[in-house]
Amino acid sequence: MSYDVNGKTIDHDEEGYLTDLALWNEDLAAIIAEKEGVNMTPEHWEVVNFLREYYQEYQIAPAIRVLTKALTKRMGADKGSNKYLYELFPYGPAKQACKIAGLPKPTGCV
Amino acid sequence: MSEEATVKKFMYLNRKAPHGTIYALEVLEMILVAAMFDQDVHVCFADDGVYELKKGQDAKGALEMKDFVTTYRALDGYDIEKLYAEKESLEERGLTAADLVVPVEVIDRAAMAALIDSMDVVLSA
Amino acid sequence: MLHTVNKSPFERNNLDACLNRAAAGSAILLYEDAVYAAVAGTAVAERVRHAAEQHDVYVLAPDLQARGMKDAALVEGVKPVDYTGFVELVAARGTATAWL
Repeated sequence: MSYDVNGKTIDHDEEGYLTDLALWNEDLAAIIAEKEGVNMTPEHWEVVNFLREYYQEYQIAPAIRVLTKALTKRMGADKGSNKYLYELFPYGPAKQACKIAGLPKPTGCV
Repeated sequence: MSEEATVKKFMYLNRKAPHGTIYALEVLEMILVAAMFDQDVHVCFADDGVYELKKGQDAKGALEMKDFVTTYRALDGYDIEKLYAEKESLEERGLTAADLVVPVEVIDRAAMAALIDSMDVVLSA
Repeated sequence: MLHTVNKSPFERNNLDACLNRAAAGSAILLYEDAVYAAVAGTAVAERVRHAAEQHDVYVLAPDLQARGMKDAALVEGVKPVDYTGFVELVAARGTATAWL
């Protein structure tokens, strides 16, 4: 199972999560987003990039409660709400945003 | 979960060194899952478990393994703030609280015994 | 003879089992969780220092690095080796005994 990015194949697991996080790039993110039916806007990228930074620092994908708390701290309560995140990623911010960000499925995820 | 969720006192007692076996990583995963259920979580480090928190670990660079020590720093964001390390275990290994990646309360063996005794659930690995 | 030990001396008695039975002049390699035994200032350091007087005691450097002990002071007489050094020891010392 793999994504096809600019002629290169990049493997993913049965749910679409990357098997090697190091192979992620923005073109790949756009392809995953398209498969998920998500139209990437600057607001989407903001969340995706935040998730990647979080992963770099802590080596895990944050649980949704932790994500909203951290986003509130960084970008204000408007963007740190469940509602806002579900508007951007209707099938679950953990499931979709993490997948687009190239992260593994979060522990205890929604 | 029941609608009237009762909060229990959980302890995760880490007693294994970080990279030679899988125990330390598995316990950490359990802690992250437990954090989702709003329980009163206590994370303790005794015996070789104190090595899990040693600063300067480089499992990725040296062994191409996951540097999960950095994940302990995320526990604060998961509202897990009750971390304890056993004084005797640190001393036997020539370590102090300053050698650890996260702030912990250092307690002696007698205090650890009392803390264990006060828990509803203790998972030791 | 090369003896290898890979368990923490604080958790298992593999190191003692090895030290009690290794003939004088043997090579002893500490790797994986046994590298903690090579670090100075612990409760087992004196035993290892004594062992290093009778044996050639080595420690696998990458396993120290993984555990945050790359720059730690080692017990007197203990020599760090890399993977190549490990292989050379195996080749030079013939028989290897693993104290698992």
